[in-house]
Amino acid sequence: MSSLLVTIAGVILVTIFGIIAGLFLMGVDRICAARMQMRQGPPLIQPFIDIRKLLSKDSQVPANAIPSLFNAAPIVAFASAVTVLFYLPLGSILPVGTPLPMVGEYGDLILIMYLLTVPALAMVAGGFASGSPYASVGAQREMVTMIAYEFPLAIAIIAIAWRLAVAGLVMPFSVNTLAANPIWTVVGPIGIIGCILLLIVLAWVTPAELSRIPCDTPEAETELCGGLLVEYSGRNLALFSLSMAAKLVAMAGLAVLLFLPWNISPLIGISGIGAAGADLVFFLLKVIVVMFFSVTLVRVVMARFRINTVVSLYWGWLTTIGLIGMFLIILDGSMSLGGCLS
Amino acid sequence: MKLSPSFNRSLWVFHVNSGSCNGCDIEIVAALCPRYDPERFGIKLVGSPRHADVLLVTGPVTHQMRDRVRRVYDQMASPKVVMCIGTCGQSGGVFYDSYNLDGPLDQVIPVDVYVPGCAPRPEAIIYGVVQAIAKLERLERSVK
Repeated sequence: MSSLLVTIAGVILVTIFGIIAGLFLMGVDRICAARMQMRQGPPLIQPFIDIRKLLSKDSQVPANAIPSLFNAAPIVAFASAVTVLFYLPLGSILPVGTPLPMVGEYGDLILIMYLLTVPALAMVAGGFASGSPYASVGAQREMVTMIAYEFPLAIAIIAIAWRLAVAGLVMPFSVNTLAANPIWTVVGPIGIIGCILLLIVLAWVTPAELSRIPCDTPEAETELCGGLLVEYSGRNLALFSLSMAAKLVAMAGLAVLLFLPWNISPLIGISGIGAAGADLVFFLLKVIVVMFFSVTLVRVVMARFRINTVVSLYWGWLTTIGLIGMFLIILDGSMSLGGCLS
Repeated sequence: MKLSPSFNRSLWVFHVNSGSCNGCDIEIVAALCPRYDPERFGIKLVGSPRHADVLLVTGPVTHQMRDRVRRVYDQMASPKVVMCIGTCGQSGGVFYDSYNLDGPLDQVIPVDVYVPGCAPRPEAIIYGVVQAIAKLERLERSVK
Protein backbone atom coordinates (compact mmCIF):
# COMPACT_ATOMS: atom_id res chain seq x y z
CA MET A 1 0.00 0.00 0.00
CA SER A 2 2.73 2.45 0.93
CA SER A 3 4.65 1.56 -2.21
CA LEU A 4 1.53 2.42 -4.21
CA LEU A 5 1.36 5.82 -2.52
CA VAL A 6 5.07 6.40 -3.15
CA THR A 7 4.58 5.46 -6.79
CA ILE A 8 1.68 7.89 -7.19
CA ALA A 9 3.66 10.66 -5.50
CA GLY A 10 6.67 9.82 -7.67
CA VAL A 11 4.61 9.89 -10.85
CA ILE A 12 3.21 13.31 -9.97
CA LEU A 13 6.66 14.66 -9.06
CA VAL A 14 8.28 13.35 -12.25
CA THR A 15 5.41 14.77 -14.34
CA ILE A 16 5.83 18.20 -12.77
CA PHE A 17 9.59 17.95 -13.20
CA GLY A 18 9.14 16.98 -16.85
CA ILE A 19 6.84 19.92 -17.57
CA ILE A 20 9.01 22.49 -15.79
CA ALA A 21 12.29 21.15 -17.16
CA GLY A 22 10.89 20.87 -20.69
CA LEU A 23 9.50 24.40 -20.76
CA PHE A 24 12.72 25.69 -19.20
CA LEU A 25 14.72 23.93 -21.93
CA MET A 26 12.48 25.48 -24.60
CA GLY A 27 13.11 28.91 -23.06
CA VAL A 28 16.87 28.29 -23.11
CA ASP A 29 16.58 27.10 -26.71
CA ARG A 30 14.70 30.24 -27.77
CA ILE A 31 17.15 32.56 -26.00
CA CYS A 32 20.17 30.77 -27.50
CA ALA A 33 18.63 30.90 -31.00
CA ALA A 34 17.85 34.62 -30.55
CA ARG A 35 21.39 35.43 -29.40
CA MET A 36 22.82 33.62 -32.40
CA GLN A 37 20.66 35.86 -34.63
CA MET A 38 21.87 39.00 -32.80
CA ARG A 39 18.51 39.42 -31.07
CA GLN A 40 17.70 39.86 -27.44
CA GLY A 41 15.16 37.06 -27.46
CA PRO A 42 12.18 36.32 -25.24
CA PRO A 43 12.42 36.01 -21.46
CA LEU A 44 13.31 32.60 -20.06
CA ILE A 45 9.75 32.08 -18.80
CA GLN A 46 8.19 32.78 -22.23
CA PRO A 47 7.16 29.12 -22.82
CA PHE A 48 5.38 29.14 -19.44
CA ILE A 49 3.55 32.35 -20.43
CA ASP A 50 2.61 30.80 -23.78
CA ILE A 51 1.20 27.67 -22.14
CA ARG A 52 -0.75 29.73 -19.61
CA LYS A 53 -2.20 31.86 -22.38
CA LEU A 54 -3.16 28.82 -24.45
CA LEU A 55 -4.90 27.29 -21.44
CA SER A 56 -6.95 30.47 -21.00
CA LYS A 57 -8.15 30.39 -24.62
CA ASP A 58 -11.08 28.56 -26.16
CA SER A 59 -10.51 25.11 -27.65
CA GLN A 60 -12.21 24.93 -31.02
CA VAL A 61 -13.21 21.70 -32.72
CA PRO A 62 -13.60 22.04 -36.51
CA ALA A 63 -16.95 21.12 -38.01
CA ASN A 64 -15.61 18.21 -40.08
CA ALA A 65 -13.30 16.79 -37.42
CA ILE A 66 -13.88 13.61 -35.42
CA PRO A 67 -14.27 15.20 -31.96
CA SER A 68 -13.40 12.13 -29.82
CA LEU A 69 -10.14 11.37 -31.62
CA PHE A 70 -9.36 15.06 -32.10
CA ASN A 71 -9.60 15.73 -28.36
CA ALA A 72 -8.00 12.46 -27.21
CA ALA A 73 -4.83 12.80 -29.32
CA PRO A 74 -3.24 15.65 -27.28
CA ILE A 75 -3.90 13.82 -24.01
CA VAL A 76 -2.35 10.58 -25.32
CA ALA A 77 0.64 12.50 -26.70
CA PHE A 78 1.25 14.29 -23.43
CA ALA A 79 0.77 11.20 -21.26
CA SER A 80 3.11 9.04 -23.33
CA ALA A 81 5.78 11.74 -23.55
CA VAL A 82 5.75 12.07 -19.76
CA THR A 83 5.74 8.28 -19.30
CA VAL A 84 9.16 8.06 -21.02
CA LEU A 85 10.59 10.14 -18.18
CA PHE A 86 9.51 7.51 -15.62
CA TYR A 87 11.97 5.08 -17.20
CA LEU A 88 14.93 7.43 -17.64
CA PRO A 89 17.44 8.12 -14.89
CA LEU A 90 17.20 11.75 -13.78
CA GLY A 91 20.70 12.41 -12.46
CA SER A 92 21.38 9.75 -9.84
CA ILE A 93 17.67 9.09 -9.31
CA LEU A 94 17.39 5.74 -11.06
CA PRO A 95 13.99 4.46 -12.17
CA VAL A 96 14.34 1.22 -10.22
CA GLY A 97 13.77 1.74 -6.50
CA THR A 98 13.05 5.35 -5.64
CA PRO A 99 10.96 7.19 -6.63
CA LEU A 100 8.82 4.80 -8.67
CA PRO A 101 9.02 1.35 -7.10
CA MET A 102 6.17 -0.10 -9.14
CA VAL A 103 6.70 1.49 -12.53
CA GLY A 104 10.40 1.70 -13.29
CA GLU A 105 11.31 -1.95 -12.73
CA TYR A 106 9.54 -3.11 -15.85
CA GLY A 107 11.04 -0.69 -18.33
CA ASP A 108 14.17 -0.82 -20.42
CA LEU A 109 15.58 0.86 -23.52
CA ILE A 110 13.29 -1.05 -25.87
CA LEU A 111 10.23 0.21 -24.01
CA ILE A 112 11.64 3.74 -24.16
CA MET A 113 12.10 3.40 -27.93
CA TYR A 114 8.49 2.31 -28.37
CA LEU A 115 7.13 4.96 -25.99
CA LEU A 116 8.98 7.66 -27.93
CA THR A 117 6.96 6.80 -31.03
CA VAL A 118 3.59 7.12 -29.25
CA PRO A 119 3.47 10.97 -29.12
CA ALA A 120 4.21 11.08 -32.84
CA LEU A 121 1.52 8.47 -33.52
CA ALA A 122 -0.96 10.45 -31.43
CA MET A 123 -0.12 13.55 -33.44
CA VAL A 124 -0.68 11.60 -36.65
CA ALA A 125 -4.08 10.41 -35.38
CA GLY A 126 -5.00 13.94 -34.31
CA GLY A 127 -3.87 15.33 -37.65
CA PHE A 128 -6.00 12.88 -39.63
CA ALA A 129 -8.93 13.43 -37.25
CA SER A 130 -8.93 17.21 -37.72
CA GLY A 131 -10.34 16.91 -41.22
CA SER A 132 -8.11 19.53 -42.78
CA PRO A 133 -6.07 18.86 -45.92
CA TYR A 134 -3.06 20.63 -44.40
CA ALA A 135 -3.24 18.42 -41.32
CA SER A 136 -3.58 15.28 -43.48
CA VAL A 137 -0.49 16.17 -45.49
CA GLY A 138 1.33 16.94 -42.23
CA ALA A 139 0.27 13.60 -40.74
CA GLN A 140 1.49 11.70 -43.80
CA ARG A 141 4.82 13.51 -43.62
CA GLU A 142 5.09 12.76 -39.90
CA MET A 143 4.63 9.05 -40.61
CA VAL A 144 7.32 9.14 -43.29
CA THR A 145 9.68 11.00 -40.96
CA MET A 146 8.99 8.46 -38.22
CA ILE A 147 9.81 5.55 -40.52
CA ALA A 148 12.97 7.38 -41.58
CA TYR A 149 14.47 8.06 -38.15
CA GLU A 150 13.49 4.87 -36.30
CA PHE A 151 16.11 2.71 -38.01
CA PRO A 152 19.20 4.84 -37.22
CA LEU A 153 17.93 5.26 -33.65
CA ALA A 154 17.52 1.51 -33.25
CA ILE A 155 21.01 0.90 -34.66
CA ALA A 156 22.56 3.25 -32.11
CA ILE A 157 20.72 1.72 -29.15
CA ILE A 158 21.24 -1.91 -30.17
CA ALA A 159 24.95 -1.51 -30.95
CA ILE A 160 25.61 -0.06 -27.51
CA ALA A 161 23.51 -2.70 -25.73
CA TRP A 162 25.26 -5.46 -27.69
CA ARG A 163 28.69 -4.15 -26.68
CA LEU A 164 27.61 -4.08 -23.01
CA ALA A 165 26.38 -7.67 -23.33
CA VAL A 166 29.74 -8.71 -24.81
CA ALA A 167 31.46 -7.05 -21.85
CA GLY A 168 29.66 -9.59 -19.70
CA LEU A 169 26.92 -7.43 -18.25
CA VAL A 170 23.58 -9.12 -17.70
CA MET A 171 20.48 -7.16 -18.84
CA PRO A 172 22.31 -4.83 -21.28
CA PHE A 173 19.08 -3.04 -22.22
CA SER A 174 18.37 -2.15 -18.60
CA VAL A 175 18.59 1.54 -17.85
CA ASN A 176 20.51 0.86 -14.63
CA THR A 177 23.21 -1.11 -16.44
CA LEU A 178 23.69 1.73 -18.92
CA ALA A 179 23.80 4.33 -16.17
CA ALA A 180 26.33 2.36 -14.13
CA ASN A 181 28.62 1.45 -17.05
CA PRO A 182 29.36 4.37 -19.38
CA ILE A 183 29.98 2.94 -22.84
CA TRP A 184 33.27 4.84 -23.20
CA THR A 185 34.79 2.88 -20.29
CA VAL A 186 33.73 -0.46 -21.78
CA VAL A 187 34.98 -0.18 -25.38
CA GLY A 188 38.49 -0.14 -26.74
CA PRO A 189 40.00 2.43 -29.16
CA ILE A 190 38.16 1.11 -32.24
CA GLY A 191 34.90 1.04 -30.30
CA ILE A 192 35.40 4.68 -29.27
CA ILE A 193 35.44 5.70 -32.93
CA GLY A 194 32.28 3.63 -33.42
CA CYS A 195 30.66 5.32 -30.41
CA ILE A 196 31.49 8.76 -31.79
CA LEU A 197 29.75 7.81 -35.06
CA LEU A 198 26.72 6.56 -33.12
CA LEU A 199 26.70 9.79 -31.08
CA ILE A 200 26.53 11.75 -34.35
CA VAL A 201 23.63 9.54 -35.49
CA LEU A 202 21.73 10.07 -32.23
CA ALA A 203 22.37 13.82 -32.33
CA TRP A 204 20.81 13.89 -35.80
CA VAL A 205 17.86 11.72 -34.84
CA THR A 206 16.93 14.19 -32.07
CA PRO A 207 15.65 17.06 -34.30
CA ALA A 208 13.62 14.59 -36.39
CA GLU A 209 12.13 13.00 -33.31
CA LEU A 210 11.16 16.43 -31.99
CA SER A 211 10.10 17.69 -35.44
CA ARG A 212 12.29 20.77 -35.20
CA ILE A 213 14.08 22.52 -38.08
CA PRO A 214 15.56 21.06 -40.35
CA CYS A 215 13.13 18.14 -39.97
CA ASP A 216 9.96 20.09 -39.17
CA THR A 217 8.47 19.12 -42.53
CA PRO A 218 5.31 17.75 -40.83
CA GLU A 219 4.62 21.13 -39.22
CA ALA A 220 6.15 23.45 -41.81
CA GLU A 221 4.58 26.76 -40.81
CA THR A 222 5.22 28.47 -44.12
CA GLU A 223 3.90 25.77 -46.45
CA LEU A 224 1.47 23.72 -44.36
CA CYS A 225 0.36 26.52 -41.96
CA GLY A 226 1.36 24.40 -38.96
CA GLY A 227 0.71 21.01 -40.57
CA LEU A 228 -0.46 18.49 -38.01
CA LEU A 229 -1.36 21.17 -35.51
CA VAL A 230 -3.18 23.44 -37.95
CA GLU A 231 -6.66 22.96 -36.44
CA TYR A 232 -5.60 22.78 -32.81
CA SER A 233 -6.17 25.70 -30.48
CA GLY A 234 -6.36 26.51 -26.79
CA ARG A 235 -6.03 23.63 -24.33
CA ASN A 236 -5.35 20.98 -26.99
CA LEU A 237 -2.50 23.01 -28.48
CA ALA A 238 -1.13 23.61 -24.97
CA LEU A 239 -1.12 19.85 -24.33
CA PHE A 240 0.75 19.26 -27.60
CA SER A 241 3.29 21.93 -26.65
CA LEU A 242 3.73 20.30 -23.24
CA SER A 243 4.21 16.90 -24.83
CA MET A 244 6.86 18.45 -27.11
CA ALA A 245 8.56 19.89 -24.02
CA ALA A 246 8.51 16.55 -22.19
CA LYS A 247 9.76 14.81 -25.32
CA LEU A 248 12.66 17.29 -25.52
CA VAL A 249 13.71 16.26 -22.00
CA ALA A 250 13.20 12.59 -22.86
CA MET A 251 15.25 12.65 -26.09
CA ALA A 252 18.09 14.68 -24.54
CA GLY A 253 17.87 12.45 -21.46
CA LEU A 254 18.20 9.36 -23.67
CA ALA A 255 21.34 10.79 -25.31
CA VAL A 256 22.69 11.62 -21.85
CA LEU A 257 21.91 8.08 -20.64
CA LEU A 258 23.60 6.42 -23.62
CA PHE A 259 26.68 8.58 -23.93
CA LEU A 260 27.11 10.84 -20.87
CA PRO A 261 25.75 8.92 -17.87
CA TRP A 262 28.28 10.27 -15.33
CA ASN A 263 27.17 11.93 -12.13
CA ILE A 264 28.83 14.76 -10.29
CA SER A 265 28.19 13.72 -6.68
CA PRO A 266 31.04 11.14 -6.44
CA LEU A 267 33.44 13.81 -7.71
CA ILE A 268 32.53 16.48 -5.18
CA GLY A 269 31.93 13.91 -2.46
CA ILE A 270 28.43 14.52 -1.16
CA SER A 271 25.75 11.97 -0.43
CA GLY A 272 22.07 11.65 0.42
CA ILE A 273 19.49 14.19 -0.72
CA GLY A 274 22.20 16.74 -1.56
CA ALA A 275 23.79 14.30 -3.99
CA ALA A 276 20.47 13.67 -5.73
CA GLY A 277 19.91 17.44 -6.05
CA ALA A 278 23.43 18.09 -7.35
CA ASP A 279 23.11 15.23 -9.82
CA LEU A 280 19.74 16.53 -11.00
CA VAL A 281 21.26 19.97 -11.68
CA PHE A 282 24.21 18.33 -13.42
CA PHE A 283 21.77 16.23 -15.46
CA LEU A 284 19.96 19.40 -16.54
CA LEU A 285 23.30 20.94 -17.55
CA LYS A 286 24.14 17.87 -19.66
CA VAL A 287 20.66 17.99 -21.21
CA ILE A 288 21.13 21.68 -22.07
CA VAL A 289 24.47 20.90 -23.75
CA VAL A 290 22.94 18.05 -25.76
CA MET A 291 19.95 20.21 -26.72
CA PHE A 292 22.17 23.13 -27.73
CA PHE A 293 24.24 21.06 -30.13
CA SER A 294 21.54 18.83 -31.58
CA VAL A 295 18.52 21.17 -31.62
CA THR A 296 19.36 24.87 -31.23
CA LEU A 297 22.55 25.06 -33.26
CA VAL A 298 21.11 22.91 -36.06
CA ARG A 299 17.85 24.84 -36.25
CA VAL A 300 19.56 28.23 -36.44
CA VAL A 301 22.11 27.15 -39.03
CA MET A 302 19.88 25.14 -41.38
CA ALA A 303 16.73 25.56 -43.42
CA ARG A 304 13.94 23.01 -43.69
CA PHE A 305 14.48 19.75 -45.59
CA ARG A 306 12.04 18.55 -48.21
CA ILE A 307 10.39 15.32 -47.14
CA ASN A 308 12.31 13.22 -49.68
CA THR A 309 15.58 14.73 -48.44
CA VAL A 310 14.64 13.72 -44.90
CA VAL A 311 14.17 10.12 -46.01
CA SER A 312 17.35 9.95 -48.08
CA LEU A 313 19.34 11.61 -45.28
CA TYR A 314 18.12 9.24 -42.57
CA TRP A 315 17.91 6.04 -44.58
CA GLY A 316 20.98 6.74 -46.68
CA TRP A 317 23.57 8.77 -44.85
CA LEU A 318 22.72 8.32 -41.20
CA THR A 319 21.98 4.60 -41.54
CA THR A 320 25.34 4.16 -43.28
CA ILE A 321 27.14 6.08 -40.55
CA GLY A 322 25.26 4.08 -37.93
CA LEU A 323 26.10 0.76 -39.60
CA ILE A 324 29.79 1.73 -39.82
CA GLY A 325 29.68 2.66 -36.14
CA MET A 326 27.98 -0.64 -35.31
CA PHE A 327 30.55 -2.53 -37.40
CA LEU A 328 33.42 -0.85 -35.52
CA ILE A 329 31.77 -1.70 -32.21
CA ILE A 330 31.29 -5.32 -33.28
CA LEU A 331 34.94 -5.42 -34.34
CA ASP A 332 35.92 -4.02 -30.97
CA GLY A 333 33.70 -6.53 -29.18
CA SER A 334 35.10 -9.50 -31.11
CA MET A 335 38.65 -8.35 -30.35
CA SER A 336 37.90 -8.13 -26.65
CA LEU A 337 36.41 -11.60 -26.78
CA GLY A 338 39.59 -12.91 -28.33
CA GLY A 339 37.58 -13.88 -31.35
CA CYS A 340 38.42 -14.18 -35.02
CA LEU A 341 40.56 -11.06 -35.26
CA SER A 342 42.96 -11.46 -32.34
CA MET B 1 -14.61 35.87 -21.53
CA LYS B 2 -11.76 35.63 -19.06
CA LEU B 3 -8.38 37.15 -19.80
CA SER B 4 -5.34 35.96 -17.91
CA PRO B 5 -2.49 38.40 -17.26
CA SER B 6 -0.16 36.26 -19.34
CA PHE B 7 -2.30 36.83 -22.43
CA ASN B 8 -0.76 40.11 -23.49
CA ARG B 9 2.80 38.86 -22.87
CA SER B 10 2.32 36.18 -25.50
CA LEU B 11 0.55 37.53 -28.56
CA TRP B 12 0.62 35.20 -31.54
CA VAL B 13 -0.04 36.96 -34.80
CA PHE B 14 -1.70 35.72 -37.95
CA HIS B 15 -1.52 37.78 -41.10
CA VAL B 16 -4.21 37.79 -43.78
CA ASN B 17 -3.99 39.70 -47.03
CA SER B 18 -7.43 40.83 -48.16
CA GLY B 19 -6.35 42.24 -51.51
CA SER B 20 -3.45 44.42 -50.50
CA CYS B 21 -0.77 45.69 -52.89
CA ASN B 22 1.87 43.86 -50.73
CA GLY B 23 3.33 47.11 -49.38
CA CYS B 24 1.88 46.60 -45.91
CA ASP B 25 2.76 42.89 -45.95
CA ILE B 26 6.41 43.73 -46.52
CA GLU B 27 6.30 46.24 -43.67
CA ILE B 28 4.80 43.57 -41.37
CA VAL B 29 7.63 41.23 -42.25
CA ALA B 30 10.09 44.07 -41.61
CA ALA B 31 8.52 44.62 -38.19
CA LEU B 32 9.05 40.93 -37.36
CA CYS B 33 12.72 40.97 -38.34
CA PRO B 34 15.62 40.75 -35.87
CA ARG B 35 16.12 44.51 -36.01
CA TYR B 36 12.94 45.13 -34.02
CA ASP B 37 12.84 41.65 -32.43
CA PRO B 38 9.19 41.49 -31.32
CA GLU B 39 9.88 38.04 -29.84
CA ARG B 40 11.21 39.99 -26.83
CA PHE B 41 7.58 40.65 -25.96
CA GLY B 42 6.40 37.17 -26.89
CA ILE B 43 5.03 38.26 -30.28
CA LYS B 44 5.30 35.46 -32.80
CA LEU B 45 4.02 34.96 -36.34
CA VAL B 46 2.02 31.72 -36.56
CA GLY B 47 0.84 29.83 -39.62
CA SER B 48 -2.72 29.03 -38.63
CA PRO B 49 -5.58 31.29 -37.46
CA ARG B 50 -6.46 28.65 -34.87
CA HIS B 51 -3.21 29.40 -33.02
CA ALA B 52 -3.47 33.17 -33.29
CA ASP B 53 -4.50 35.86 -30.81
CA VAL B 54 -4.11 38.83 -33.14
CA LEU B 55 -5.33 39.02 -36.73
CA LEU B 56 -3.41 41.47 -38.92
CA VAL B 57 -5.48 42.39 -41.96
CA THR B 58 -3.93 44.32 -44.83
CA GLY B 59 -5.63 45.69 -47.91
CA PRO B 60 -9.14 46.90 -48.81
CA VAL B 61 -11.47 43.93 -48.56
CA THR B 62 -12.19 42.84 -52.12
CA HIS B 63 -15.43 41.10 -53.02
CA GLN B 64 -13.64 37.76 -53.39
CA MET B 65 -11.91 38.08 -50.02
CA ARG B 66 -14.95 39.13 -47.98
CA ASP B 67 -16.06 35.61 -47.02
CA ARG B 68 -12.48 34.43 -46.53
CA VAL B 69 -11.65 37.22 -44.10
CA ARG B 70 -14.88 36.50 -42.26
CA ARG B 71 -14.04 32.78 -42.12
CA VAL B 72 -10.48 33.35 -40.88
CA TYR B 73 -11.89 35.60 -38.16
CA ASP B 74 -14.39 32.92 -37.13
CA GLN B 75 -11.65 30.27 -37.04
CA MET B 76 -9.69 32.16 -34.41
CA ALA B 77 -10.20 31.06 -30.82
CA SER B 78 -11.45 33.85 -28.59
CA PRO B 79 -10.24 36.04 -26.93
CA LYS B 80 -8.95 37.69 -30.11
CA VAL B 81 -7.91 41.09 -31.43
CA VAL B 82 -8.11 42.43 -34.98
CA MET B 83 -5.65 45.01 -36.30
CA CYS B 84 -6.23 46.81 -39.56
CA ILE B 85 -2.85 47.60 -41.14
CA GLY B 86 -2.70 50.37 -43.76
CA THR B 87 -5.02 53.03 -45.05
CA CYS B 88 -6.78 50.69 -47.49
CA GLY B 89 -8.62 48.81 -44.78
CA GLN B 90 -9.93 52.07 -43.33
CA SER B 91 -11.08 53.97 -46.39
CA GLY B 92 -10.10 52.02 -49.47
CA GLY B 93 -6.95 54.10 -49.90
CA VAL B 94 -5.82 54.27 -53.49
CA PHE B 95 -8.56 51.78 -54.37
CA TYR B 96 -11.27 54.10 -53.02
CA ASP B 97 -14.66 53.73 -54.78
CA SER B 98 -13.44 50.78 -56.78
CA TYR B 99 -16.17 48.53 -58.18
CA ASN B 100 -15.05 45.32 -56.50
CA LEU B 101 -14.47 46.51 -52.91
CA ASP B 102 -16.62 45.25 -50.07
CA GLY B 103 -14.58 47.17 -47.47
CA PRO B 104 -13.73 49.08 -45.42
CA LEU B 105 -12.65 46.25 -43.13
CA ASP B 106 -14.81 47.26 -40.19
CA GLN B 107 -17.92 46.52 -42.22
CA VAL B 108 -16.78 42.89 -42.52
CA ILE B 109 -15.31 42.06 -39.11
CA PRO B 110 -15.00 44.09 -35.86
CA VAL B 111 -11.67 45.95 -35.75
CA ASP B 112 -9.86 46.85 -32.51
CA VAL B 113 -6.82 48.83 -33.64
CA TYR B 114 -6.22 50.84 -36.83
CA VAL B 115 -2.69 51.51 -38.08
CA PRO B 116 -2.94 54.12 -40.87
CA GLY B 117 -0.23 54.70 -43.45
CA CYS B 118 0.53 53.76 -47.02
CA ALA B 119 2.44 51.71 -46.15
CA PRO B 120 2.79 52.14 -42.36
CA ARG B 121 6.34 52.02 -41.02
CA PRO B 122 7.34 49.01 -38.86
CA GLU B 123 7.51 51.36 -35.86
CA ALA B 124 3.87 52.28 -36.47
CA ILE B 125 2.87 48.61 -36.61
CA ILE B 126 4.70 47.90 -33.33
CA TYR B 127 3.00 50.96 -31.80
CA GLY B 128 -0.31 49.50 -32.98
CA VAL B 129 0.48 46.22 -31.22
CA VAL B 130 1.25 48.19 -28.06
CA GLN B 131 -2.16 49.84 -28.40
CA ALA B 132 -3.70 46.38 -28.79
CA ILE B 133 -1.97 45.26 -25.57
CA ALA B 134 -3.26 48.39 -23.82
CA LYS B 135 -6.75 47.62 -25.06
CA LEU B 136 -6.49 44.06 -23.79
CA GLU B 137 -5.39 45.39 -20.41
CA ARG B 138 -8.41 47.72 -20.33
CA LEU B 139 -10.67 44.76 -21.20
CA GLU B 140 -9.00 42.73 -18.48
CA ARG B 141 -9.68 45.42 -15.87
CA SER B 142 -13.29 45.81 -16.93
CA VAL B 143 -13.82 42.04 -16.65
CA LYS B 144 -12.45 41.93 -13.10
